[in-house]
Amino acid sequence: MARQRVKFTFPQELIKEPIIHELGRDFNLITNIRRADVTEDRGWVILELEGELDEIERGVQWVASKGVRVDPVQGDVVQG
Amino acid sequence: MSYAKALQCRECGREYPLQPTHVCEFCFGPLEVAYDYDAQRKAVSRKSIESGPFSLWRYRDLLPCDADRAVDLNAGFTPLLRARNLGEALGLSQLYVKNDCANPTWSFKDRVVAVASTKALEFGFDTLACASTGNLANSVAAHASRAGVKAYVFVPSNLESGKLVGSAVYGATLVAVDGSYDDVNRLCSELADKYPWAFVNINVRPYYSEGSKTLAYEVAEQLGWRAPDHCIVPMASGSLLTKIGKGLDEMAKLWLIDSVQTKISGAQALGCSPIVTAWQAGTLNIRPVKPNTIAKSLAIGNPADGYYALKVIGDSGGSAVASDDDEIVEGIKLLAESEGIFAETAGGVVIAGLKRLVESGRVDRDELVVAFITGAGLKTQEAVVDKIGRALHITPTVASFEEAIAQRGDAIAGSQGTR
Repeated sequence: MARQRVKFTFPQELIKEPIIHELGRDFNLITNIRRADVTEDRGWVILELEGELDEIERGVQWVASKGVRVDPVQGDVVQG
Repeated sequence: MSYAKALQCRECGREYPLQPTHVCEFCFGPLEVAYDYDAQRKAVSRKSIESGPFSLWRYRDLLPCDADRAVDLNAGFTPLLRARNLGEALGLSQLYVKNDCANPTWSFKDRVVAVASTKALEFGFDTLACASTGNLANSVAAHASRAGVKAYVFVPSNLESGKLVGSAVYGATLVAVDGSYDDVNRLCSELADKYPWAFVNINVRPYYSEGSKTLAYEVAEQLGWRAPDHCIVPMASGSLLTKIGKGLDEMAKLWLIDSVQTKISGAQALGCSPIVTAWQAGTLNIRPVKPNTIAKSLAIGNPADGYYALKVIGDSGGSAVASDDDEIVEGIKLLAESEGIFAETAGGVVIAGLKRLVESGRVDRDELVVAFITGAGLKTQEAVVDKIGRALHITPTVASFEEAIAQRGDAIAGSQGTR
């Protein structure tokens, strides 16, 4: 089993979509939300994903394909 | 000695031992070094600092590592110059430029890497790593060489070959990664989890970022132990701005200067300005962007400390400002032509931003202002190469010289007398 900490940033049009629920349901992942800030027009959620590494990668790709931005929790690490 | 006592979560306040870790296990918030200020206050004085070396290690007691075993390239204690010409051009009566081009690898990154690499060796690491497009890579490679340890430097594969020289020359292992900027970010986060490396801005980031405080310490000391009225700071991740605020606050806390009323303003390039955009929208919520600017050293689309930078700006009464690429080039030229300092694009962002802030009344003309110039222009010559004066080509005769000047429409300058 592997774990990955990620930050999802939702655009306004996806705020109402149950994406984290579907991620857990369809990809055999445990989703563990630690911090979040969601309003009617935008939102971000910091969470941990637990499952097989392949499944985490497939799940994250699916979330990104829905239009959610996926980042490491520490933000950009590539610096000038 | 170091008076660091713990790592503390900036969100929930939980404390952790001083280890190579950067994220709170409970809320995944970022960790920051906490100090025993009471003990520090007894140990540190203006005199004790003034008797130290002319480098950032004169502030050794305010840093989270053991300076007796410092990885020392003599970073820091760079010039703070009174900028009368630039001040006159911008309409400021008390402008200073903190010239951090004068560091061992020509950028302020030497401050953070000096602290990070010293702490990394303390933790027993024998390998440093980073992901960078320029200044950070240069500094990590140089400090690894100085410390006699290995370095892995990850860069996006589309980086110009000229940018690699400043890292490769030190013998670091350069790894060019195919993929988008976000792919490189993700890969490096995974590598930092997998290998026993000190990834300077990931697992030792809490210590790394503390090095930035020394810019604030120096400015206060160089001004004769006082805080400036206003600081103008370039923003990439936003970390530098928050640490300048922390550095000034600590000096007041340690009774080294009077209470701090300094406004701290942040400058970004318009092509990568997520922090400024949030500031203008009146929110603390940063929306990540895809960078598109000549200011590559500030091109962080998803800034880790953006939220905290916004809080420091707001709490201090400062402001946030963005300038387009043409303004940035003009800023570089203005600084060079007025004060003799050739800054990289981040310096252009600061000067262009300062100009905007003065014009809009957000910097008072009589304030004591410090502009932070964080890297040297020789690294980003392509930004200005087509926008500066060309050489006059002549044959080796006086007549040819005089003719060339005349063709340019100038009189030949020069006189001698008492000034």
